Amino acid sequence: MNRRLPADIAEQADRIAEFARLESLDFYPTVFEQMTSEEMSQVAAYGGFPQRYPHWRFGMEYERLRKQHRYGLGRIYEMVINNNPCYAYLLVDNMMVDHKTVIAHVYAHCDFFKNNYWFSKTNRRMIDEMANHATRIRRYMDRHGVERVERLIDTYLSLENLIDPHSAFMLRERPRGEVRRRAREEDERRPATRYPAKTYMDRYINPPEQMAREQEEDRKKEEKAKDAFPPTPMRDVLGFLLEHAPLEDWEADILAIIREEAYYFAPQGQTKIMNEGWASYWHSTLMTRYILTAEELVDYCEHHSGTLATYPGRLNPYKLGIELLRDIENRWNTGRFGPAYDACDDMAVRRLWGKDKAPKHRVVGRGSPGREKIFEVRALYNDVTFLDEFLTPEFVDDQKLYQYRHDPATGRMVVVTRDFEKIKQQLLFMLTNHAQPYIYVVDGNYRNRGELYLAHKHTGADLDVKYAVETLKELHRIWKRPVHLNARIDDDPILFTFDGEQSSQQHIDDSLDHPRAKF
Amino acid sequence: MILQINHDHQRFRKIVKGKIRDDLRKFLTRGELLGREGHKYISIPVRGIDTPHFRYGDNNDSGVGKGDAKAGDALGDGDGMGPGGEQEGRHLMEVEVSLDELAEILGEELKLPRIRPKGKHRITAERDRYVGIRQSGPESLRHFKRSFRRALRRQMMSGLYNPDAPRIIFERRDKIYRSWKTVLSPQSNAVIIYMMDVSGSMGDEQKELVRLEAFWIDAWLRKNYQGIESRYIVHDVRAAEVDRETFFRIREDGGTRISSAFRLARELIDKTYTASEWNIYLFHFSDGDNSSESDSRECCALLRQHLLPGLNLFGYCQVASAYGSGNFFNVVTEQLSSQEAVIATRVNTKDDIYDSIKKFFAAGR
Repeated sequence: MNRRLPADIAEQADRIAEFARLESLDFYPTVFEQMTSEEMSQVAAYGGFPQRYPHWRFGMEYERLRKQHRYGLGRIYEMVINNNPCYAYLLVDNMMVDHKTVIAHVYAHCDFFKNNYWFSKTNRRMIDEMANHATRIRRYMDRHGVERVERLIDTYLSLENLIDPHSAFMLRERPRGEVRRRAREEDERRPATRYPAKTYMDRYINPPEQMAREQEEDRKKEEKAKDAFPPTPMRDVLGFLLEHAPLEDWEADILAIIREEAYYFAPQGQTKIMNEGWASYWHSTLMTRYILTAEELVDYCEHHSGTLATYPGRLNPYKLGIELLRDIENRWNTGRFGPAYDACDDMAVRRLWGKDKAPKHRVVGRGSPGREKIFEVRALYNDVTFLDEFLTPEFVDDQKLYQYRHDPATGRMVVVTRDFEKIKQQLLFMLTNHAQPYIYVVDGNYRNRGELYLAHKHTGADLDVKYAVETLKELHRIWKRPVHLNARIDDDPILFTFDGEQSSQQHIDDSLDHPRAKF
Repeated sequence: MILQINHDHQRFRKIVKGKIRDDLRKFLTRGELLGREGHKYISIPVRGIDTPHFRYGDNNDSGVGKGDAKAGDALGDGDGMGPGGEQEGRHLMEVEVSLDELAEILGEELKLPRIRPKGKHRITAERDRYVGIRQSGPESLRHFKRSFRRALRRQMMSGLYNPDAPRIIFERRDKIYRSWKTVLSPQSNAVIIYMMDVSGSMGDEQKELVRLEAFWIDAWLRKNYQGIESRYIVHDVRAAEVDRETFFRIREDGGTRISSAFRLARELIDKTYTASEWNIYLFHFSDGDNSSESDSRECCALLRQHLLPGLNLFGYCQVASAYGSGNFFNVVTEQLSSQEAVIATRVNTKDDIYDSIKKFFAAGR
């Protein structure tokens, strides 16, 4: 169908853009297109893009979305791509008031994409890039066969989450020469452990033979670490495989594609709550302040509350985001921040904080300190730092948050506590690393036999053993030598191994070889 | 319009149906296929393929929710923003589907095997199903809720609505009517006879499994084949015919003599369902713990000589039991393996039910 926007909607889009700029939103030029729900399901299955490489998982997603639509379980209201210009899609059979809401919502998303630090390294020409990826993979499919390429993509997708979202912000890998030089310098600077002692006591407190022995040991350790590969454990497993796995050129190229796309999507996972909260905050502000007409009010309210609805026992990122942003705005407008406020643990005092000092004609909205604060928040934070810094006991109380847990006895989810610390900890755990386990490449030449040694950094939850075993098999398809995973299961360090024929698990003790690098 | 994604979708469907990429079969997710019996709605998962990746395991089942619940209160299953994050692991979404729709989904992969046109009058039947809405229609089909909502909205928008004295008056343009589609469905004369072992060796768990399996076979058949007759037999040492309700509810005790049920089935068939007129399907559910070897032998003889010649299918489904030998499964498979119309399956857990039904009704057999 013709995706060009009808004149009346285009006019509204321009109007809303002006209001958004007036409120200091700063976004890329935004192109709106309209689509049928079928097309929308396709685009949504493609992660928002008009073109992706052929793969069944998009078909799976499409089926899910279509069923969801068919059974009236939910429809996709908005879809926006982080790109310059931003692309956004409107559902063709929506009412005008929905279009307006979506447009306002989208401008805020674009503003977030453009200004949030975590998005600063993403490719802003991703639409073109995705189309290029599709072409390249199609070409490989023509040359090497659909099944073979698809199988390879499946394997890569099993490892897709093994990236390091922070890696765009750091120097990828120090040249090996430099590592050695630094190690040597350190070595010379630090002659083993020397305890402070008066001169006449020195040879008793720091006996020379002991010093010599320690120095020797240290030197040996350093010697060993010099050959460590990678020099320090690294989280970007995909990057490591790309560099070092024995892959054909075309295989490596596909891996590079999968990895690039994973990195492109990572910031969206890192900022889900903030991004949606920010967009909801602004569609609400813009709609109620500037745009709504009287006859649209009821429909707007219905749809707005629909997006923010929280069912008992459920947490809606839109809702959490918008409420927390409003809470921050309110706190900064009423002076509820700073060391004195943070240190205060009298709930009664905190509740009334700022009430007495509130100036008569306080500025709210545009130009207020609270508004400035949330603009700063949207530029610098991601979900983890956002909640870590701004979640307060009052907020948790007001929002009626609780922690729940699976109760093995009844097999049901049971509310455990409303304790602030516990809830915060739980939220942060769920958001950290996008709820994916931390997996590191520790040694790419384990036992000096070219075997790959990964390790799971245990942060409170065990890995799923069944999945881990299968994933190792996939990993072996790429590495083509035995692969190992060090993971703690039930407080017991286990080494999972797949050697190409069979999987094994063994308890890790001193009888096993250690990887070169310390983990 | 042809969408680019159709290609991917087709490929996904083919994988689900097992036509291509066998290596992915083991990652197919289907979760709980079984809903609550007796309610109209049940929830079924959407099919998905869950390729392996490193993820957290079971000791991680906790999250944060929002609401009025007190500590210790139970939540509905699967509520909350789980540790799965936002993007991953949502392939398995529960969808509320009516029984009809579920049977339809099952039907994509299943067929009543070897059904033949028999009898005189039934080839196709027409049926009206109310599937949509339209702007005009007879008053008797007016969709009251939708019409009311439109009228309410119109009145609110035009300021006619008074919340203190709410009075909603429909206008012509508010009214919405149900519309229907005529569905043609093939009909054949068919009868399904279910036999269930309700003896003491069948524990509650076993009976539950049997009931679920029989329930699903029944649901699926009723949806896909109009005019199917169902008869239900329960037995311990004696057999008795019961109605559908009783069949799914009854609790009994006692020993096991399987031949009793077969004998009753034979009587039933002889009396009412002649093989030339009817497609006959016989299902037997048991834990396979028959009282004696001789009775098992008698069962086989009964089957071979009297029942099987006229049957389209004899399906034997055995549930794992804590007691007893479960020997009848071996008897059936060994003695009757040459018979094409005999299919035996084992069901140990709920997960096996789907496979068992598929084995019975695999399409194109």
